[in-house]
Amino acid sequence: MESGSDKTSRQQLQTGITLVDRYTIQDVIGVGGMGSVYRARDLHFPNVVKLVAVKEMINLAPDPAIRKTIVQNFEREANLLATLNHLAIPRIYDYFSHNEHSYLVLEFVHGKDLETVISDANGFLPEDQVISWAIQLCDVLDYLHAHKPDPIIFRDMKPSNVMINHNGNVVLVDFGIAKTFQTGTKGTMIGTEGYSPPEQYRGEATPLADVYSLGATLHHAITRRDPRLEPPFSFAERPLRRINPNVSSEFEAVINTALQYNPADRFPSASAMKDALMSVARKTGALSKITSALPVSSGGIKPLWAFKCEDEIRGTPALNQGTIFIGCYDNNLYALNAADGQFQWKYASEGGIVSRPSVYDNQVFFGSEDKRLHAVTARTGKVLWTYYTDGKIYSSPRIAEGHIFLGSEDQDLHAVNVVTGRAIWKFATDGPIHSTPLVANEMIYFGTESGSFYGLDFRGEMRWRFQAKRAITSSPISKGQSIYVASLDGTLYSLDSKNGWAIWKFRLGKGSVSSPAIADDYIFIGAADGFIYCVDSRTSKEVWRFKTENQVSSSPAVYKDSIYCGSIDGSLYCLEYRTGRLRWKFEAKAAITGSPIVFDDIVYVGSIDHHVYALFA
Amino acid sequence: MADFFRKLLGKKEEPEKPKQVDVATTAPLTDQQLNSIMGIQSLKSETKQLVSSVGQSVGKQRDHNEDSVLSLTSTIVGNTDSIPFGLYIVADGMGGHQFGEVASNAAVRIMGGNITRKFHSYLYNLPTQSLQESLQEVMETSISEAHQYVQREAPGSGTTVTAALVLGQQVTVAHVGDSRAYSVYPDGRIDPITRDHSLVKRLEELGHLSKDEVENFPHRNVLIRALGQGEFLEADIFTIPFPQNGYLMICSDGLWGVISEKEILRCINDAPTLSRACQNLVEAANAAGGPDNISVILAQMIG
Repeated sequence: MESGSDKTSRQQLQTGITLVDRYTIQDVIGVGGMGSVYRARDLHFPNVVKLVAVKEMINLAPDPAIRKTIVQNFEREANLLATLNHLAIPRIYDYFSHNEHSYLVLEFVHGKDLETVISDANGFLPEDQVISWAIQLCDVLDYLHAHKPDPIIFRDMKPSNVMINHNGNVVLVDFGIAKTFQTGTKGTMIGTEGYSPPEQYRGEATPLADVYSLGATLHHAITRRDPRLEPPFSFAERPLRRINPNVSSEFEAVINTALQYNPADRFPSASAMKDALMSVARKTGALSKITSALPVSSGGIKPLWAFKCEDEIRGTPALNQGTIFIGCYDNNLYALNAADGQFQWKYASEGGIVSRPSVYDNQVFFGSEDKRLHAVTARTGKVLWTYYTDGKIYSSPRIAEGHIFLGSEDQDLHAVNVVTGRAIWKFATDGPIHSTPLVANEMIYFGTESGSFYGLDFRGEMRWRFQAKRAITSSPISKGQSIYVASLDGTLYSLDSKNGWAIWKFRLGKGSVSSPAIADDYIFIGAADGFIYCVDSRTSKEVWRFKTENQVSSSPAVYKDSIYCGSIDGSLYCLEYRTGRLRWKFEAKAAITGSPIVFDDIVYVGSIDHHVYALFA
Repeated sequence: MADFFRKLLGKKEEPEKPKQVDVATTAPLTDQQLNSIMGIQSLKSETKQLVSSVGQSVGKQRDHNEDSVLSLTSTIVGNTDSIPFGLYIVADGMGGHQFGEVASNAAVRIMGGNITRKFHSYLYNLPTQSLQESLQEVMETSISEAHQYVQREAPGSGTTVTAALVLGQQVTVAHVGDSRAYSVYPDGRIDPITRDHSLVKRLEELGHLSKDEVENFPHRNVLIRALGQGEFLEADIFTIPFPQNGYLMICSDGLWGVISEKEILRCINDAPTLSRACQNLVEAANAAGGPDNISVILAQMIG
């Protein structure tokens, strides 16, 4: 590179230089064939240090046609990046040219590239870690390959183009030679020897070429053998488990399939490879064991605020107009300022409160072990009325159409007028009701401790009944025409909302009192075997499972692309909901049995350790 | 809804209505039960009725039929509700294999027999235990039993199977091969419900074939999964809502591979009845050359 003609143009930018009055160069973070990559500070944000990556391209080609092609390629990279939106692809902020210099301004990725991670590691990288990255890489390749109108072929997958950011997640960098792929067109060989598949040498770049290069990248990561130092396409001569005996035969098989010489023998797509990796991860338990290779936030997540009550909190909070309402085993219902956890008021019942309060028309409704349903004002906690049942109340009130529906240990499902607190009707069942009723499709659905599940109409008449083998403490949810609920018999059921037929059953490792949550086609639920499960709602196939250290009675909450769920092990887990990958966990001082709620990027959860916590989502 | 509750609150409770009635026991209904049914029906007249029809033809170029079809439409009468019930199966025996028709016949017979046996007591209102398996489990065991039967009794042969079990407003589908189920709507939408397990489809999904290449692909009939083939059968099993205000259509490639979606829509929309629609579809496929056996089932939820 130093052999170039004009040394001054080739020189790297000095630290402290400001480009276009905006980007102050801080450091060189990479050197490539056409120029360097710099870390720079964006001066448009004077009050904070906003870092960006500035990628420089110096065009010194003497042939004007080549010069033009180079500029076009550069602009193509910029335009391509501008159309992409994926967590593992850096965002582009700006691009500009100056004489023979062109610059791309990109999101700065805090972290290290995978090549450095491999060479810095003390011995082999853990397989679970590599599988986790592999799944993420398949995910981003799948995103690129699914690009419309034409798939994007990355064409240069290799460890040095994969950044591992400070959260331990992958980010794909350098889209310099990524190419939209038009069927039938032949290109020229661009890529990196050692990582590129045979057909790329013939000028063919297809999604399957990226699958091969990913295989080569993973092979390098798990064996620490750099394929650039070996003859091309010789992976088969270096059996992976002979180099690193710690690798599972399942993971080896996946890498070998990706590295097949003949494209037709590889995985048919990145998503098929991802499926294969997911099933390896399920088998080896990798998904639940994955921890970040670059330890971050191991010092623990700090709560935004914490509020201490006088006894255990086992229930779930409710949020309304900036106020958190939560019941406690010290018999009180607390109202706290959601922003800072400031105490506003408390209202004493005569029993422990485990049910989740409901807020309606500036009134808070909740049941207590004192057998009563209480209605108090949301502003001051002044009692409006109470409604007696003949048993303790663990079921949470559900408000619909001006009525409150709730179950009681007295085995009745009560329908109560929300204004007067008088009974409209009661429906007698065969067991205590801890499940919270669901109101949907003009029907009321709930389970009982004797394992029955009822569908009632609004007149309190039974339309259908379903029998599980053990108690249904879990609270149902619905989507479309299906009701989803779990039972202590260790099954997650999908029932037809109109007639109660079981559409499918999914076996959990143990019984469950957790209530399911839904996002897209996924159902999430916890169980006493300590797992949080994700199940496909159409096919009842397991998508992933995540192992916590103890039983999961808490119910998952979905927010953006994460789920939040507590465990008896005392942690609140934040998992990416499509993969079950751990994003972070928060350790309380005792079990978390209640369910978190999330609003405006803040998670609220109570714990047996007497505290209510607010955490950044 | 507020009106409904006002009405409800104004009304005195009817005396001594039995609250819990066994789901399984049936006629004769007590007066109270009859009243409660009528009350519900006057509240919302949402009784839905399932109707269906079938069309089949050996085609113009084959001398025997390797397609098999089962269509069963009924109602499960409960205490308060009548639940539409339908079982529709199309199987297309693999040509070039021995006993294609044996495989497709067996698949329909075994699956149909297995599933109707499960629902027998409901359909005939015999006192019964509630069904222990879920609908997807019923489909799963039925299709794998058919798979084992074909492997045992007609080794080497294979068949596609697309089976739809309609119960209430939902359809549970079991599918392997390249027969297809569609949701067809009168407004012109025609959405595939199943995904072909064929080489051409796989290559198309991978982007290896353009639309033109798909049409002219020489190995269009090569299946990558079929009932009776391979040791372990992995069928697609899933549940979807019955197409609202539309039709459920199941057909073999003798229909979908021969006439366009536009023509399918025209055949259905132009027909005064479902059975006429099925005849139109079969005639259109024959008019287009009828290169293969033709089978089609149409089902519709009325009301």
